[in-house]
Amino acid sequence: MSNIDLLPALLVVVPILMATVPILLGLKFDRTGWSVTLLTMAGVFVGSVYLAMEVYGGSGDNRELAVIHELGGFSQPMGIELVADTLSTMIILLVAGTALGLLAYTRVGGPRGNTFYSGYLLLVGGLLGLSMTGDIFNMFVFLEIVGLGTYALIASGDGPEAAHAALKYLIIGTVGASIYLIGVGFLFMATGHLNMHALAGEVSTLEGANLQLARAAFAFIFIGFAIKVAQWPLHSWQPDAYQHAPDGVTPLIAALVSTVSAYALARLLFTVFGGDFIAQTPYASEVIVTVGAVSVVAGSTLAVIQTDVKRMLAYSSVSQFGLIVAAYGLLTETALVGALIHLIGHGLMKAGLFLAVGVIAIGYGARTVNEYAGLAQQRPYVAGSMAVLLIALVGIPPSIGFIGKWYIAVGAIEAQSWLVAGVIFLSTMLTLAYVARLLEKMYFTPGSTLESPHSPGVAATDGGEPVITRPGNRVTIGMLGIVAFIAVFAVALGFTGEVFFDLFQPFVESAALDLEVSP
Amino acid sequence: MIELLTTRYAYVLMFVLLGIGLYMVIASENLVKKLIGVNLFQTAIFLFFVAVAYVEVDGEPGGSPIVPATSDPASSDLVLASPLPHVIVLTAIVVGIALTAVGLALIVRIHAEYGTLREDTLREVRADE
Repeated sequence: MSNIDLLPALLVVVPILMATVPILLGLKFDRTGWSVTLLTMAGVFVGSVYLAMEVYGGSGDNRELAVIHELGGFSQPMGIELVADTLSTMIILLVAGTALGLLAYTRVGGPRGNTFYSGYLLLVGGLLGLSMTGDIFNMFVFLEIVGLGTYALIASGDGPEAAHAALKYLIIGTVGASIYLIGVGFLFMATGHLNMHALAGEVSTLEGANLQLARAAFAFIFIGFAIKVAQWPLHSWQPDAYQHAPDGVTPLIAALVSTVSAYALARLLFTVFGGDFIAQTPYASEVIVTVGAVSVVAGSTLAVIQTDVKRMLAYSSVSQFGLIVAAYGLLTETALVGALIHLIGHGLMKAGLFLAVGVIAIGYGARTVNEYAGLAQQRPYVAGSMAVLLIALVGIPPSIGFIGKWYIAVGAIEAQSWLVAGVIFLSTMLTLAYVARLLEKMYFTPGSTLESPHSPGVAATDGGEPVITRPGNRVTIGMLGIVAFIAVFAVALGFTGEVFFDLFQPFVESAALDLEVSP
Repeated sequence: MIELLTTRYAYVLMFVLLGIGLYMVIASENLVKKLIGVNLFQTAIFLFFVAVAYVEVDGEPGGSPIVPATSDPASSDLVLASPLPHVIVLTAIVVGIALTAVGLALIVRIHAEYGTLREDTLREVRADE
C-alpha cells in the first residue's frame, strides 16, 4: 500500500478525531476551538488538493484513476472501501474548501464556543466520509453522522425556534435515512453484497424475484434521499432549519449537507444501479424527472412569496436541487455532467449568499427583503458581492450557474424531454423574479437613513451570563473578503465548462448511460 | 395468503411495525411520542435485517455462528445464519441510540423554553409571538 492510499482514510479520520480536541482543551482554555479547527481544516484542504492532483493527473477509466483505501486491509467485496474517484474528489475539494473558507466568518461572527467547533469538525468528517465511502451500509452510518452534526449545529442557535427546527429536521431526517436503510436491506437480499463496486456488476444481471427486490430497493433509496435532498413535498424541514440556524452555520449546511446528499444519490443511481437499470425499470426515469420538475416549480414559487431572505434562499435551494434531480432522471451524459456542475456551483453560490446574509445581518441589521432597502449605498461591497452571486444563481453568463443550467438544458433537448427544457426556462424566470425583488430593494429603494431597522444586539439584552452564541457585532475584513472571493470565484468558474466536462468524463462513462434513451 | 402469513410472518410484522411507527410520527402531537415513533420505525428495520439473516434447510433452522452449527443433511455443509446483517443491526442500534439522545436533549430544551411538549400548543405559542 503506497502512501497516497492512506490519504482518503486520513481525510475522514483526522477531522473526527480532532473534533474531540476543542472539548478537551476547553477544560483548560477558553477560545481554542477556532485555532484547532483552522489548523485541521487547512490540513484537510491541503490533503484534498494533493488527492485531486493524484486523481486527475492520471489516465484510465474511473476505477483506475480512483485512489482507493481498503479499511483494515480487507479487500472488496468483503471489506469497506473509501474511494476517491473523479466525482468524489471534486466533492471533497468543495467540502474542504468551503469549510475552510467559512472559518473566516465564524471567528468573529460566531457561534463561539469550543463545542460548536467540535460539531463543525464532526460534520466535516462525516461529509468527507459520505463523499468517499464505497459501501452502501457505511454510507448510512456517515449519513447519520452528518445528520447528528447538523442537528447539533442548528440547535446551537439562540432562540427556542432553533431547537424546534432541529428536532423537526431530526425526526424527518431520521425517517429518511431509515427508509434508505430499508432499501439497503432489499439490495442486500437481492445480491448479498454491500460494496458498491461489487453491486454495480451484480445489479444489472438480476432476474425474477431478485430483480423485483432491486426495484423495491431503488424505490426506497430514492424516497429516502428525496427527503435528505429536500425535494417537494418532503422539503418541509429545510426552510425552518436554514432560517433558524445561526448565521455562521447556515452557509455550511446550505452549501454542503444537501449537496453531499445529492451527490450520494448520484453515486447510488449511477454507480450502484447504473443507467441501464433505471432505463429498463418502468417509470423510474419518469418518476425522477417529475419529482425534480415539481420541486423546481414549487420551490421557486414558494421562494417568490417569502419575506425573510434566509427563508427565500432556502426555498431557492429546493428548486435548484429539483433541477439537479430532474437532470439525473434524464439519463443522458450531458445532463449528468450539467447536474454535477450545478451541484458544485450551487453549493458555492449558496455558501456565498448565506455568508452575505450573515454579514448584512451583523453590519446592517437587515433580515427581511424590505429591510434590505438602500443596502447598496450603505454597504456597497457586500451588496455588490451578493448581487453578483444572485445574478450567477439565475444563470446569466459568465458564471458557474450558467454552465450547469446550460448543460442540463442541452441534455434535456438531447433526451427530447420538453417538460424539463420548459421547466428550466420557467425556473430561470422564477429565479429572476425573487432575485430581481431583492436587487431592486438593494439598489433602487432608498433606505431609511436615520437608523438601521434593528440595531444589532437587541436580541441579546438578557445581561447575566455571557451568551456564547451571540453574533459579534462587527464586520471584519475576513468576512467581506470571503464573500467577495466566492463571488469572483463563481464568475471565474464560468469560463471553465470544458474543464469540468473533461474532469467528470471518466465517471460519466462508468455510469452506463445510453444516449438513445427517449422518454 | 395463510401460508404467506405463517412462513413470512417476520416480514409482515416488520411492515406493520413500520406503519405504526410512521403513524405515530405523523399523528401524535406529543414530541416524545413522535420520537418513540421514530424508534419503533427503526426497530422494525432491525427486525427486518435479523429476519433476512435467518436460513432454513429442509425445515431445519440454521445455527448461529457462535454456537455449534446444524449441518445440512443433504450435503453435510454447515448451515449458518449470515452474521453480516447482525453486525449491521448492531451498528444501526448504536446510531439509533445517538439520535434518540440528541432528540431527547432537544425536547428537554424545547420544554424548558416553551413549557410544553405538545406540537399543537407549540404552534399556538409561536403564533402569538
